Amino acid sequence: MTAVTADGYEAAFDAALAADERIEPRDWMPDAYRATLVRQMAQHAHSEIIGMQPEANWITRAPSLRRKAILMAKVQDEAGHGLYLYSAAETLGTSRDELLDKLHTGRQKYSSIFNYPTLTWADVGAIGWLVDGAAITNQVPLCRCSYGPYARAMVRICKEESFHQRQGYELLLALSKGTPEQHAMAQDAVDRWWWPSLMMFGPPDDASAHSAQSMAWKIKRHSNDELRQRFVDICVPQAASLGLMLPDPDLRWNDERGHHDFGAIDWTEFQEVLKGNGPCNEQRITQRRRAHEEGAWVREAAAAYAEKHSTAQHTESVEATA
Amino acid sequence: MTTTTTHPTASPDPASAQDAATARAALALGDDALVLSHRLGEWAGHAPVLEEEVALANIALDLLGQARILLSLAGDEDELAYLREEREFRNLQLVEQPNGDFAHTIARQLYFSVHQSLLYKELAAGDGPFAGLAAKAVKEVAYHRDHAEHWVARLGDGTAESHERMQRACDALWRFTGELFAPLEGLGLAPETLASMEARWLEHVGGVLKQATLTVPSGPRTGAWAAGAGRQGLHTESFGRMLAEMQHLHRSHPGASW
Repeated sequence: MTAVTADGYEAAFDAALAADERIEPRDWMPDAYRATLVRQMAQHAHSEIIGMQPEANWITRAPSLRRKAILMAKVQDEAGHGLYLYSAAETLGTSRDELLDKLHTGRQKYSSIFNYPTLTWADVGAIGWLVDGAAITNQVPLCRCSYGPYARAMVRICKEESFHQRQGYELLLALSKGTPEQHAMAQDAVDRWWWPSLMMFGPPDDASAHSAQSMAWKIKRHSNDELRQRFVDICVPQAASLGLMLPDPDLRWNDERGHHDFGAIDWTEFQEVLKGNGPCNEQRITQRRRAHEEGAWVREAAAAYAEKHSTAQHTESVEATA
Repeated sequence: MTTTTTHPTASPDPASAQDAATARAALALGDDALVLSHRLGEWAGHAPVLEEEVALANIALDLLGQARILLSLAGDEDELAYLREEREFRNLQLVEQPNGDFAHTIARQLYFSVHQSLLYKELAAGDGPFAGLAAKAVKEVAYHRDHAEHWVARLGDGTAESHERMQRACDALWRFTGELFAPLEGLGLAPETLASMEARWLEHVGGVLKQATLTVPSGPRTGAWAAGAGRQGLHTESFGRMLAEMQHLHRSHPGASW
């Protein structure tokens, strides 16, 4: 009996996927589908939260009040994206506290890109243009992801991300067309962020552990290499209109493929960053842990206050009815 | 050509004297908002809970928006923010105080937001040059005040540790609150209006603190210097360091646009 019922659930799940219907929190789903989604959504949420750090690094030094306002709004949006994504992940039966704990203890990851330092103001623009650009290329297909709460979170997030990406581009354009020093600052930032941005699409298709299953589940809609190629093809004309070079001597249009060929990615560096040996891994996680630990008394106070006051109200209402 | 306008005994043009006073008042209020916004911006990535990352950045952004409008009434916003030295800033000493712990930040916000709320209500009710701005800002400030008051209640009436930290923060910043009600020429507020605002401030803040089981501080409220010092460009030591960080990049590229 049980086996038949389970088979029935699985058939219904498969049929929903085949019909491109959304899976919702109360629907039956395979344990591995649930686990994959929790892993991916948690990692996505963590990336938003850790991703605040490299940019927040420049809030207090932003060179004009307009740029400062834009950057503050962006970092605020990222915290908001983290909140959406933790909420979406919670629909799968986990909790934000549990996920944060996994982040703080290194059991869950965040995007490797945020382990690179922001060394100049231009990095804020390069992150907007390239890092947010890569994120959008990755995330727009997630708006059609088979899991409903994730797909809906992505619709909201992608709208805001596109705005950030244009602002980053505009920041770089202002630098590129500014003084020679500003132009050099912009070029240096693009030189440092280009390859790490290409790594954001993950390992090549033949080395990607989760890809095939995620595509079968319609969590993922395109392969890592397809998305990476799409991103390169988008960036090349944008770099030209920015008046900045992409740091790849092998980058050229291939008429036969109808795409740009580009140079080999340093996968050793990628693996090192993933293993925790990137330039800022230690710093990023230490700051996150410290914020959490130093904030513990605040969260405890809020909980104690809520407890006291809900008890007080309860007592009052009991007395009122007595 | 210049003799008539700069002659020392020529009576000043009342309209331009009024404009100059308005510009000075705008600068003072703009500096308050700019400096507090900067301090709140330092919290980004360090807040105790994600909702506070959003809330503190939100308040910082509102204040930065106010600062930009006010500074633009006084001149070029970026020149004023990035190219003045410490002695030329007119902000209250309260807003430049370092963030400290979360309780310290919340106490600073409570004191300032209650003040701003009273001030902008007065200005919005009048027909002076700040009425329009104040009418918009008063809505934002109501939210800031609400946020600070709720946290004072949670921390004051939370755990023993949070109570102690909240009390310490309220005590430490108390000395900077007298300056909030120093007369500011150009605002068009009568001395009795300021006195009444101060009485309402004391009553309101006192009520919030008592509700939060905290003791209303009783020490002097004269600031690090005499009351009114921040408005005269006399600041506390950490302020210069804050400006060094804020202005460094802008000053490194004279004349550049961003």
